[in-house]
Amino acid sequence: MIRDGATNGPAGTVSPSPLEVHDLTVSYNRRPVLWDIDFTVPEGSLIGVVGPNGAGKSTLIKAVMGLIPLASGYVRIFGRELEHERRRVGYVPQRSSVDWDFPTNALDVVLMGRYGRLGLFQRPRPADIEVAHESLRKVGMHDFARRQISQLSGGQQQRVFLARALAQDADLYLMDEPFVGVDAATEGAIVELLREMRRQGKTVIVVHHDLQTAPEYFDWILLLNLRLVAFGPLKDVFTDTLLQKTYGGRLNLLSEVAELMKQQERTGRDTM
Amino acid sequence: MEWIDFFLLRDLNVRMVVLGSILLGIGSAAIGCFAFLRKRALVGDAVAHAALPGVAVAFMLTGTKSTVWLLLGAAVSGWVSMVAMDYIVRRSRIREDAAIGIVLSVFFGLGILLMTHIQAGGSANQSGLDKFLFGQAASMMPEDVMVFGTVSLVLVAVIVIFYKEFKLLSFDLDFARVLGFPVRMLELLLTTLIVLAVVVGIQAVGVVLMAAMLITPAAAARYWTERLPVMIILASLFGAVSGVAGAFVSYIAPRMPTGPWIVTAITMIFVISLLAAPRRGVLARIYRHRSNQRRTAEENVLKAMHHLAEKDGEPRRARSMEEIRTRRQIPDRPLKRALGRLRSRGYVSPDGDGRWILTPEGSRRGERITRLHRLWEVYLTDYVQIAPDHVHDDAESIEHVLTPELEQELERLLNRPASDPHERTIPYH
Repeated sequence: MIRDGATNGPAGTVSPSPLEVHDLTVSYNRRPVLWDIDFTVPEGSLIGVVGPNGAGKSTLIKAVMGLIPLASGYVRIFGRELEHERRRVGYVPQRSSVDWDFPTNALDVVLMGRYGRLGLFQRPRPADIEVAHESLRKVGMHDFARRQISQLSGGQQQRVFLARALAQDADLYLMDEPFVGVDAATEGAIVELLREMRRQGKTVIVVHHDLQTAPEYFDWILLLNLRLVAFGPLKDVFTDTLLQKTYGGRLNLLSEVAELMKQQERTGRDTM
Repeated sequence: MEWIDFFLLRDLNVRMVVLGSILLGIGSAAIGCFAFLRKRALVGDAVAHAALPGVAVAFMLTGTKSTVWLLLGAAVSGWVSMVAMDYIVRRSRIREDAAIGIVLSVFFGLGILLMTHIQAGGSANQSGLDKFLFGQAASMMPEDVMVFGTVSLVLVAVIVIFYKEFKLLSFDLDFARVLGFPVRMLELLLTTLIVLAVVVGIQAVGVVLMAAMLITPAAAARYWTERLPVMIILASLFGAVSGVAGAFVSYIAPRMPTGPWIVTAITMIFVISLLAAPRRGVLARIYRHRSNQRRTAEENVLKAMHHLAEKDGEPRRARSMEEIRTRRQIPDRPLKRALGRLRSRGYVSPDGDGRWILTPEGSRRGERITRLHRLWEVYLTDYVQIAPDHVHDDAESIEHVLTPELEQELERLLNRPASDPHERTIPYH
């Protein structure tokens, strides 16, 4: 069932936002890790999701991608449910989420980005293979197309993951920590790629842990620490006060309450 | 000459047994590759053990040893065990390894209990049930082979049809989900295929050792290839070969349980793979390690000779081994060997008097190693801010692994420094 995104007026007058997150709450074992997240992403922006460790950055991405259940709230992709717009969303998971000692090569991994466009039983077509080659070229990895993936460096593996997302040929991209553990050359290549994607009008959301480089790479910032601290253009959001609010303090009230709920859950079970 | 009869396949029964074993080996090894790559090796073991109570119950209900009924029973209880494991993991805080352990032991214990009960009851037909514990390939009947053949064909066909999906699922489950694949359905399908493979396999191999037929061929095949299709084909081949080996033993010694022999054969294949595989094998690794060590020793000798030349400014002078040793402590024999290898590659030449002269080629290489060592020390002190008296040991190992590209990068980054942190000149060409 499609619930109306409802923020954009009648269909056709305004193009719907690439991503609208409404009142999203996520829990692990009933312990909330994201509270009432609300934001609407403008098209064609390069957005950094920034916050301290354990702020729920990756959880937010996974919740948007439908990989973990929502406790409440909803997500709209181009005004519709994810189910109907999967082809317009590209995803780059954390590099460490897979075992790179898998018997396959770089080209084959990138081809997986095309699988969503192939039906069950259907093999990749020559056109898909061409797209995969092109994607590898864009991340500077074409010379490594036939290289076994376990023999790639960390930065090269990350670029293969990016190429796989490019092969998805989407309009909205979500990337989980693409800059973690990569060499300088890869970092440069990724930044260049992000800018190229923005020029093409793609919307890109990147989980990023480095406050130093964030203002250089992104034009919108989402500050997150269990709840949404702020979301807006870089100059409005990347301020001392707001950063202080995101990173400052020890346990804030939310995490204390979450801790309580977790304990209640435990004792509740024990007495059952 | 029974073994000749076996391999000539003249006997219809032998033909059946061999064919059945090959089919079994292929089917279970092929599907086992995915269990192996998904790190679900133990699940197959649990399902195999869990098949036993199904066999016993089917026998008690029908009172026959008919393969179809017994296998149906095995399939049902194997499948129930899969669902139970899945349910425990998703509905409780118990982790997968513990869930597998619980399900395996509970089902297997129940199976043994029921088997004991059947045997105590003294039913005339019971003896045939023993083979489900350790397997008995020699007792295969043509209709068994028909069943195996059909199941193996189904297994292989489904793998071919869903190859792309199974590969994606095994490599990156979340990405499969993001792309919108029916991941739950596909996992269920994979699970069902494993149950199928196990169920037909237990008659030949037995429930106790069935897991080896699923996982060991895949583990062995992984050593030889970096490509999934090749891995699946190789694993099937290994499975088939060991199946025939087990059937052969079963034929010449009909009272011998087949399972252990099949497992012995596949284990031998695994051990050979572990040792001898070209890139991933143990011997290849040892060889690589040794040749690295040799290269390091050679480079250290060249570096020592270069240092001597630096000191007295006479690059063409012959050096005795004692003199080389003043710059670098290398025991006698390794030093002799290293010099011998360097000679055969034209880096040093003997002066006929037990002393050695650097060739121009050797000079260049000794100089390069010296340069890398000192550049790295500069990098560590200037960029990583490590105290100058802490950088030598690190540079000792890094100098042997830096590539020409990294060397250029270092020179560029450091702007070709004239000397290292210990005030020694860095040689450039």
